[in-house]
Parts: sequence; C-alpha cells; structure tokens
Amino acid sequence: MDSEKPADLRRTPLHTLHIARGAKMVPFAGYEMPVQYPTGIISEHLHTRAKAGLFDVSHMGQVALHGVTAAMLETLVPGDIAGLTEGRMRYTLLLNDDGGIIDDLMAIRFADRLGLVVNAATKEGDVAHLRDRLGAATGVELLEDRALLALQGPAAAAVLARIAGAGVATMPFLSCALVERPGMTLFVTRSGYTGEDGFEISVPADRAVALAELLLAEPEVLPVGLGARDTLRLEAGLCLYGHDIDETTTPVSAGLAWTIAKRRREESSFPGAARILKELAHPPARRRVGIRPDGRAPAREGSAIVDPAGNLVGEVTSGGFSPSLNAPIAMGYVARPYSDPGTALSVVVRDVARPARVSPMPFVPTHYYRGH
Amino acid sequence: MPTLRFTKDHEWVRLDGDTAVIGITDYAQQQLGDIVYVELPEPGSRVEAGKEAAVVESAKAASEVYAPVSGEVVAVNELIAGDPAKVNADPMGDGWFLSVKLDDPKALDALMDEAAYQAFVAEQG
Repeated sequence: MDSEKPADLRRTPLHTLHIARGAKMVPFAGYEMPVQYPTGIISEHLHTRAKAGLFDVSHMGQVALHGVTAAMLETLVPGDIAGLTEGRMRYTLLLNDDGGIIDDLMAIRFADRLGLVVNAATKEGDVAHLRDRLGAATGVELLEDRALLALQGPAAAAVLARIAGAGVATMPFLSCALVERPGMTLFVTRSGYTGEDGFEISVPADRAVALAELLLAEPEVLPVGLGARDTLRLEAGLCLYGHDIDETTTPVSAGLAWTIAKRRREESSFPGAARILKELAHPPARRRVGIRPDGRAPAREGSAIVDPAGNLVGEVTSGGFSPSLNAPIAMGYVARPYSDPGTALSVVVRDVARPARVSPMPFVPTHYYRGH
Repeated sequence: MPTLRFTKDHEWVRLDGDTAVIGITDYAQQQLGDIVYVELPEPGSRVEAGKEAAVVESAKAASEVYAPVSGEVVAVNELIAGDPAKVNADPMGDGWFLSVKLDDPKALDALMDEAAYQAFVAEQG
C-alpha cells in the first residue's frame, strides 16, 4: 500500500517525528499526514478530551497580509474585521460574489498587519483570490517557512504554561501573543478545532521538531492524528471545508449566519450580500443540521437522508462514530421543514433506511476558555 | 486439529466437522484500526464464497467482510455487535463473525494455509 503513495506529496517539518512515533501516514490535501499513531483514533480522541493532544496542522495556510486594511479585507468576508482589536482573532468566511463559501478561516489582527489561517486544500486558491481582489499595491504572503502545532484539551493551558510561561494560561479565547523562547519565537493563539480549550502555535519550520518534542515530553500530552482531529471537530459541530461547506453553500444554509456581523448586515457590503440578506429574511430551502442515528451504524458522507415515508430530504456531509458518546453522529443538509431538533428521519446506509433524529450541535459540550 | 485457512482479503475460516467459523485476521484488524461497528447476516441466510457476508466499520471507514466459502449461516457472534472492540482485541477468538454450514467441505482446499498466508502478508509490506 505504501508503494502506491504518489511521490509528489509534500511533507511537513514534523514528518520525521511522525515516522519515529509509528504514525500511519496518509495523503491529505497534497501532504503526507499522520492519520493515527499506534495508540489509535479512539484513544487519541478520548485522551484529547481528558488531558491534551498535540496535532501537526502545518499543512494549513498561514498567510500574512501586507498593506491590507480591515476595510479592504471586509470586501471579501462578512465578518467585523474593523472591530477586531490588536491581538484578537475571529472566525470568518471568504465568500464568492454569489455568497458561496470559498473557504472558512481565522482572521488575526496584529499590531502592524492582518493575518489569516486558511485550509490546506484551499490555500493556493485563497491566495490567488486575495491577490486578484486586493490589488497590486498589497502583498499576500503564504508563510511556507513556519510550522503550526495545535495543543488541545483540558490540560493544554497547564502544559503550555510550563514551556511558554504562565501568561499563556490566562490568554482570552481567540486572542494571540508572541512568546520568546530560547532559540525560537512562538506565535500563540488560544484557539483550536476540537471544542476543547487549547492553543495553536506557529513556530519557524526548523524549530518545529524541538517544540513538538518539548510538548510531547510533558506527561499529559499524546500525539494525535487527523483521524481523531476529524472525530473531535465533528463532536464539536464544527464544519470541514469541502465537505460541510463549499461554494454551493451559503453562510445561512450552513448555520454560520452568526459570523455575519450586525454592522456588515446593515451596510450590506460583503460578497453575495443581496442573496444572503434575502436568506436571512426568508430562510433558504435547506439547512445544515446535526443527526443522531438510533443504532450503532455510522452514516458516512454521501448517505441519503429520507423522511419516514422514504422521500429524499437531504444528504449527510460528515459522519462517523463518536468516541465520547459511543454512538454514531453526523451532520448534513436537510430540507427546512425537517431541520428542527428532534425531527424523526432516516439515514440510508447500505440501502437500508435506518431511523435517526435531528440533533442540536455541538454533540458534546465545548470547553473553550472563558476566564477563571 | 481443526483445519484453519485464510483468504487474500484477510478473512480466516476454521473447519469444525461440516461447520466453518469465519472471522478477520490480526493483520486485517490492525489495518482497520479501532473497530466501531459490525453488521452480521441473519442466521438461516446464505453466504456465497467471495461475496459480502458482513460489514466492519472502523473509526475511519466501512469495509466488507467476504465469505471465504459458501453455505448457510448457522450462528453469528452477537458479542461483537454489542462490543466491536472485541474484534481488535481477539480477532481469531472472541472476535469471530459467523459460522456457516458448508455446502462443500472441500471448498477450503482452495484457500491458503497459515504458512502461505503469513508469506502473503509479508509481501504486503
């Protein structure tokens, strides 16, 4: 099987560490990435919920925007970027002119510029789009010389405080800080993709292994692969770009209307505003929902969703097994009359319609840091 | 000593009289990773050699378990339906999937013995 891997896959700066720790490597978004370590997806998942997991997310795009004002970025996203104060970050969406979602991303306000963290599979396209729309006087720089680590879980703050100083433990949720360590400058954000408290740490590529080894030497920390990253984000009800959201979905149908700031709605000044404001007033035909199948059979991406009479009413966009709930969970799009929590539906798995219910999300309570 | 045979799809089959017990190999469970769900056929139904007999789902994906031999399903392992992790823990023992009454006990002759299967797995890398 290994011999079938295309030779042109890129490797992150932590590649040797993954191999040394026995990771099973798989192709993902053009990179060779660890899907799991010998501990396995379920153990890695439960360990992250109980203590702390370390994830290599260096494949994601770290983008520096030069000469780009908040007002300029606001022409491409519906979030309140002007209201973002220094050292804070915000989840927002890159929208096309029809209001379809080009990518979901984090926008960060630095002292001297704006930065973005975008998805791996979309980063080249995002950069091209930004360059095209922001104009020649600006610079859109994909930082290829930096790695990105995520430390997630209830013990993440205590662990990182030992390495980066006590200050990180009281960083507000969705804030960022520069931390000087001997031999490396870390850019730390209190953020993540698991529903737990945690941090994402940008580090120069040539220091990534040293930092990862420091973190992994702490007793609470296990390395965690993409397999558990997916089950963790699904439990937290978070979208995976290219699956749960894409250019055919809008922020409203995706249940992400909360990312459209009040001022931006009033100004009607973001891409696709006419369509999106109309959808806010008159909800669109389909809506992203959580789904809990009754039995144990997971309903995977692409599974049809039918009403009790067997009529097609939607489709699963992400689905799998929740290690925390010991039960299958899924998200997908359903016709609006079927989108209320508790609605009885069925998911079709291997040609058999299996009873399920629309569920609120997150499926598992989130534990973002809200101060002491 | 009961006859034990293997398939290239990483199932095992153990002959006991005219009944064959079927499961997946240790190599298969390792490749799948954490098993979270199994779907077993109805006792009394028929399985056909090389056709799907059961489904096994890991944390990542669903896979078919093919019947190594044809026959009538006489029993299925309800224990693994309730606790699929048993397949990871003991694939050749408590983690068995189903037993079938063989149409033709000689059907096992076409399958690999343990030495041949181990050589086959070694080639998989």
